[in-house]
Amino acid sequence: MSGLAQKSRVTLAPPPPAATGAGRPGRRHRGRVVRLLSLLAAAGLWQLLTVTDARIWLRFDRLPSLDEIGAELARQLGTQVYYLDLAQSLIRILTGFGLAAVAGVATGVLIGRSRTARDVLTPLLEAVRPIPAIALVPIAILLFPSDEQGIVFITFAAAFFPIMVSTRHAVRALPTLWEEAVLTLGGTRLHVLVNVVLPGALPGVFGGLSIGMGVSWICVISAEMISGDLGVGYRTWQAYTLVDYPATVVGMVTIGVLGWLTSALIELAGRRATRWLPRAEGSGA
Amino acid sequence: MSAAGLALRLDGAGLGYGGGAVLSGVDLEVTPGEILVVVGASGSGKSTLLRALAGLLRPHAGRVLADGAEVTGPSPDRAMIFQEDGLLPWRSVRRNVELPLGIRKVARAERRRAAEEWIGRVGLAGYEDRLPRELSGGMRQRVQLARALAGAPRAVLMDEPFGALDAQTRAEMQRLLLDVLRDTAATVVFVTHDVDEALLLGHRIVVLGRDGVRTLAGATREQIVKEL
Repeated sequence: MSGLAQKSRVTLAPPPPAATGAGRPGRRHRGRVVRLLSLLAAAGLWQLLTVTDARIWLRFDRLPSLDEIGAELARQLGTQVYYLDLAQSLIRILTGFGLAAVAGVATGVLIGRSRTARDVLTPLLEAVRPIPAIALVPIAILLFPSDEQGIVFITFAAAFFPIMVSTRHAVRALPTLWEEAVLTLGGTRLHVLVNVVLPGALPGVFGGLSIGMGVSWICVISAEMISGDLGVGYRTWQAYTLVDYPATVVGMVTIGVLGWLTSALIELAGRRATRWLPRAEGSGA
Repeated sequence: MSAAGLALRLDGAGLGYGGGAVLSGVDLEVTPGEILVVVGASGSGKSTLLRALAGLLRPHAGRVLADGAEVTGPSPDRAMIFQEDGLLPWRSVRRNVELPLGIRKVARAERRRAAEEWIGRVGLAGYEDRLPRELSGGMRQRVQLARALAGAPRAVLMDEPFGALDAQTRAEMQRLLLDVLRDTAATVVFVTHDVDEALLLGHRIVVLGRDGVRTLAGATREQIVKEL
């Protein structure tokens, strides 16, 4: 910074410290406590209802209590098969979701930018979109040589559409000004794509990724319950058919935690990638 | 700046969007290196004229020429500065200014050096890593100016660049612009609705009025206002 004074002929006041995205620490702390209390209250209510074998039209007498679930979870955490299931489900969802993210963004950009692509692809995509991914199980079984690929395909199909639709909308909603700015600086169509379309569409894309991750979990678990011989969904359903209710709930808790973690990761990545957006200080998750 | 200014010409140009004509039969000659100010009331087609010179809008009649060659699209020779929000909001000040250099495949170190120099020349040293949303309107226009000039264009097309600024900031920016342009040979076409701004900046002023383009040599403020 030593050359500052002689270089600039017009001088401005030195820059004030950069604004940080975080809210006041006290507020954040309070928010965390409330969130934790909310979870604990729900767990406490569950415990109360199951321990007292409440039958208040809804019947809680056959549901496992927290200590039974906790004991079962502790037991499973010591087994190898729990981690194998976990890894299997994660591999499936990350493969399916990863492919869907790439294909969904690519298709969305293509449709958003090219009239021809829009005319060719829109009717096909709009006809397939309303079909729930889980209803594609028969097709998946016929189409793919192994169950594994079928499950990944279902997961892919579930995540593809929300990602593609969000990307398409985000691309179409981009102001033309940025594109024109890059063009008048000598940019080609590729420059516009890399420097304007992709970064500009990112906030919308992340909305789609977030929804896509949610439906991916729904579909991978459902598909595992229908076919497959490994995975959290398979194990959960198996426990139910063996009348092992604590293990069933452990499976559900596992799914919930995994889903939450993966969504949180996407949310975090999204917030990092779209720091340039104007947003209220300390807002959001 | 070594690049010589560009000669620009509109030859009976008809301009408009989707069939509707905004301007028709426009003849205009811009000589290399001059600062031509186009004054017009809002809705007179000033921006349309500029977009045609930039190559963002093809004329439906007549021709647009740059150094005698027909303009068929945008070119790095003709940089444009927009009224506002022309910066890429996800890029820092430095990365916005580096953009035209990156497009020209200038090596990273040289890109950085040139960007830093231009940022300093528009008085924004120390703000390199800020995002556009962290800057005031006047500062954002300084960045646009640095970005446009960093690409060493032979013509700079300015679309009411100071129109959204308060009076004091505008006066500062006008001084800065004259200061920065003194070192370049680039042709400048500057569009505004502000007659005083036109008189301050322009080597030559043309009025875009009800009867098309009129050149006013040595006109007074009153004469220009009458033409609007």
